[in-house]
Amino acid sequence: MSAPAVTTPAAPRRAASESPLALELRDVHTYYGHIHALKGVSLNVQHGEIVTLIGANGAGKTTTLRTISGVLHPRQGEVLLQGDRIDKLAPHQIVLRGVCQSPEGRRIFSRMTVRENLEMGAFARRDAGAIAADFDRVLALFPRLKERLAQKGGTLSGGEQQMLAIGRALMSSPRVLLLDEPSMGLAPMLVETIFTTIVEINRQGVTVLLVEQNALMALNVASRGYVLETGRIVLGGPAQELQRNEQVQKSYLGIE
Amino acid sequence: MSAAATTSKARQNPAFGLRRNGQTPDGVVRNAVLVTFIIFLALYPIIDRGLGLQKMGAVPGILIFTILALGLNIVVGFAGLLDLGYAAFFAIGGYTAAFLTSPTSPLAPYFQTNFYVAMILSFFVAALFGVILGAPTLRLRGDYLAIVTLAFGEIVPRVILNLEQWTKGARGMKAIGVPTLPTVQNGQVGLYEIYNQNQTEWYYLIFTVGAISVFAIYRLAHSRIGRAWMAMREDELAAGAMGINLVQTKLLAFAIGASFSGFAGSIWASMLQFIDPFQFDFSISVIVLAMVILGGIGNTWGVIFGGAVLGFYDRILTSDATSWLRGIGAAVDLPVISSVLKEIDLTNFKFGIFGAALVILMLTRPEGLFPNRARALEMKGEAGPEAGDAITTEERTAAGARA
Repeated sequence: MSAPAVTTPAAPRRAASESPLALELRDVHTYYGHIHALKGVSLNVQHGEIVTLIGANGAGKTTTLRTISGVLHPRQGEVLLQGDRIDKLAPHQIVLRGVCQSPEGRRIFSRMTVRENLEMGAFARRDAGAIAADFDRVLALFPRLKERLAQKGGTLSGGEQQMLAIGRALMSSPRVLLLDEPSMGLAPMLVETIFTTIVEINRQGVTVLLVEQNALMALNVASRGYVLETGRIVLGGPAQELQRNEQVQKSYLGIE
Repeated sequence: MSAAATTSKARQNPAFGLRRNGQTPDGVVRNAVLVTFIIFLALYPIIDRGLGLQKMGAVPGILIFTILALGLNIVVGFAGLLDLGYAAFFAIGGYTAAFLTSPTSPLAPYFQTNFYVAMILSFFVAALFGVILGAPTLRLRGDYLAIVTLAFGEIVPRVILNLEQWTKGARGMKAIGVPTLPTVQNGQVGLYEIYNQNQTEWYYLIFTVGAISVFAIYRLAHSRIGRAWMAMREDELAAGAMGINLVQTKLLAFAIGASFSGFAGSIWASMLQFIDPFQFDFSISVIVLAMVILGGIGNTWGVIFGGAVLGFYDRILTSDATSWLRGIGAAVDLPVISSVLKEIDLTNFKFGIFGAALVILMLTRPEGLFPNRARALEMKGEAGPEAGDAITTEERTAAGARA
């Protein structure tokens, strides 16, 4: 992969106070071959915030997350983590810098047990003691997983798989957690459980960028939000303001 | 970790635990078979002599192919990268040994070394070529990767064939260095080269190399890199999101997988004392892949067993069965059958029978004879019955709560 620019994988994690912004995208253009998927996306996430990115199918939400996590590289623009550019780094280097993604569609390792899945989450880390502590923390957040530690990931229900996917991402001890559609395909009850847990994770000091189609739930838990339409940010602001915005109500909240 | 996991599982669901925790009749039988098999392998030359089997000529070759299968299992079984050109690394290992030890080598005037040094170097040279094959195929998956590796497997013997000034082309290279072993000769203990016909010494040399390989592969499978391979095999994108360096992990799979066939190739060349490019054609890649599939992709012991069974079939059974059938033909003396049986040569049908057996196996037991547990689940489709139950219960509760 093309990541020669910055090659210190285990760069020291900086104190949260150094830059007010945990994450910032400046005029990011991302392409899939010739398809111009992101047409100048700029957004930022402050330390300790939950920020949500809402939008319809194909608006570029997942592309934005992939650009942040290094799976895709922007052709133009910058991605900054605590003020440092990360847009030329490989995905594993970005994980080492404290950004972890819970991918769309969960993508847990279905043939590994729940415990093995969580251990894979800590793959990039070497601090055994802290990993054990995080393991307990994740199980405290998701008691359901504790009951199923020896069970194969693929035998879990959809909700449990989502818990596992988030738990696995937390095992990398991220400072910025990227969540891609955590409510997808879940019963409303479970969606509520998941969102309550996201708020709890955030309260424990993890900055969250939440991509959602379920705009109602997302704007309820987020402090700020952005609306993405065909690769462009068309609206942004405090979550409550967005909830009152007529256009948002009509397009994303189903209020006529 | 898995021991604790299994016990807690057993406590929750006895029926589930019974199948898994190794103390079951099933597990005992499996371990007993395994131990018997290892003892059999370790004592084979003695057994062979005792029973007058006279198969020592074929058995070292079977062991070499089993080592090949173990190496290919790293690439295909652990990392999930389908490689159809594995014979190329076998050839590279063999020619490396020939270049470094044979007097017919173009390097002979400048540099010659003994067999063991050549064997270790062929390990690294094959690993290097593993990286050379791996690097351009990093972005390829599944079928596309298979095609590129297939091409690689065809190109390497062809290059060897055409680089006549160095490799002697179709005439092959001769007089390859022979390993020395501590043996007694004329009443004196010393390091002597293996006498060409002494298959027992070859057998134990290969057996030792094989045992070291098995140990190394076992440790690899349970190491950090082993876990990275399995994660990558299951879901590349998720593995990347976990902070696994996919480029490095893939290249290591190709390099380490290839290096074992480098070992095997150097021993092969030395044992035969002659190599030419025709020894490394596509059928070698196919046989080795079939060994991996037959035994159970991803399971080291299954692959060893698959290698032994297929090697036995390929090198011993077909020719033996031919003489049995001819014997029967001569003995029964029936009008048509006898004349057919007397003429039969099963070695001509080797691949036909083998192909039919493989088709039957794939239809009845696609995960192989001794599957890796995770891989078996993969083949049979995801979740067992309990998953369906869990989903429906949960959905029902959720639906109930809503209503």
